[in-house]
Amino acid sequence: MGEPRIVIVGAGPAGVRCAQTLLAAGLRPTLIDEGRRDGGQIYRRQPDGFTRPYAKLYGTEALRAQDLHETFTRLRAQIDYRPQTLAWNIWDKKLHIVRDGHASALDYDALILCPGATDRLIPVKGWQFAGTYSLGAAQIALKSQACSIGRRVVFMGTGPLLYLVASQYVQAGAKVAAVLDTSAAGARLRALPKLLARFDVLRKGSALVGALKRAGVQMYNGIEPVEIVGTPDEGVSAVCFRTASGKIEQIDCDAIGMGYHLRPETQLADLARCAFRFDTLTRQWLPQIDELGRSSVPGVYLAGDGVRVLGADGAENAGRLAAHAALIDLGRGAQAAVLDALKREQRRMDRFREGLAQAFEWPAQQAAKLPDETMVCRCEGITAGELRRVIHDEGAQEANRAKALSRVGMGRCQGRYCGHAAAEIIADAARVPLEQVGRLRGQAPVKPLAIATVEETE
Amino acid sequence: MNGRFVRLGETARANVSIVIDGHSVEALEGDTLLTAMLCSVRYVRQSEFGEEKRAGYCLMGACQDCWVWTDTGERLRACTTVVEAGMRLVTTQPEAQWANLAL
Repeated sequence: MGEPRIVIVGAGPAGVRCAQTLLAAGLRPTLIDEGRRDGGQIYRRQPDGFTRPYAKLYGTEALRAQDLHETFTRLRAQIDYRPQTLAWNIWDKKLHIVRDGHASALDYDALILCPGATDRLIPVKGWQFAGTYSLGAAQIALKSQACSIGRRVVFMGTGPLLYLVASQYVQAGAKVAAVLDTSAAGARLRALPKLLARFDVLRKGSALVGALKRAGVQMYNGIEPVEIVGTPDEGVSAVCFRTASGKIEQIDCDAIGMGYHLRPETQLADLARCAFRFDTLTRQWLPQIDELGRSSVPGVYLAGDGVRVLGADGAENAGRLAAHAALIDLGRGAQAAVLDALKREQRRMDRFREGLAQAFEWPAQQAAKLPDETMVCRCEGITAGELRRVIHDEGAQEANRAKALSRVGMGRCQGRYCGHAAAEIIADAARVPLEQVGRLRGQAPVKPLAIATVEETE
Repeated sequence: MNGRFVRLGETARANVSIVIDGHSVEALEGDTLLTAMLCSVRYVRQSEFGEEKRAGYCLMGACQDCWVWTDTGERLRACTTVVEAGMRLVTTQPEAQWANLAL
């Protein structure tokens, strides 16, 4: 056998550190990147011709971002890097990719999936109106395009990204009308022991909240979203919510950034037939991995926010670990001391992840009790009432059955933005545990492909 | 200007002209097609399943909410397409013009 064929999917923090580790061991991986440039979403690079310095773009994480980009620049010529390439299926031990309408398949001895995450969402009445964006979208508009998503922006949901994006907007000179957090203030105190696992990050987070307060941004905790007010033609005009004390408030705005943490992009792991297990802490099905990132399928490894949302630092560490796992399995060994340090770091990151999930809880009941008229599926305009109808009238109790009957999860986002909340609605309406509702099966192609796609053989 | 997005900087880039529904608008080199459009207009397409207009949602190529059509019938995902001078876009795409049998 010649040199082992190693394919990495994703060029964010996990994928780049993975490639770097493999290269240091003398192997030349193929790196598939859906993006135009390396960096992934968190360390997304601004286009050529933009001039903002690292400190302005990435704030306290500027050095980490710069180091990751420079690392990639150094290794780019030594690996087989394929930007603007979508990995859309895994079948018969081949990774199927497409670039510019040309599809091909790659053989691999080790496949390391670092596909990242998207925002985890809960629908709200009116979220189909123009001007509603995900939190991640709001951040991309700013970092990658130097734009605000509107003239007067409200951020709503929960999780660290809520405060990070709001403070980035304030710093860039955008008007932030309010930050509305569904999690109760007390939850953060209870989570403190676990959050102390990364004191530096905790300190940065507190500084963000302080800066927002000083900037005069209205901040609410323990809210329940009621409605995004707007019209079909003009889009968003206000957001209406219930305060922790039960009062209904309305804040005028022309844009909203929403999100409740992130959800891993697990479709490729699913297509590779990796086993999943239910994560009770965050109430979702996640691929099963061992301490190094090995999936249940030999030769398939999972790292970064695409398997566990640990943030950029955790993803860098996980990328290195997964590379070591692959090296060990290919008979190339690894230094025990290096491995132990990486594993220790990963445990610390995971403890902090648990703290964040506790501090900024996924508001399961808010999802489960969404009013019937709320559009659950944004793609095809299907309401919570219609989803409940297929449960009550047609007996659906499982996510894929409910999808087949209601089309919630069948649209072009393939359930990325409605799936988790839909599962809560199904569990509640069918009176079964969430775990039993299951998860939407990953379907190839994981994103829409043009019918004109041409197959090539490599 | 009646755009949805607000530029907060990086405005020294070269201008790029595109046409939206027959009207010429100015964008900047390095804009995504979505940014280019939303700096001048309030939405990029008509929902084919409801009465509302859409203006994208995730900006990272995952939700597919920002599909737009060129006047020659080519479909583009606006958030992952880089704007090019002379692009001609329409915001009422073919599917939105089909009869809605559900009504």
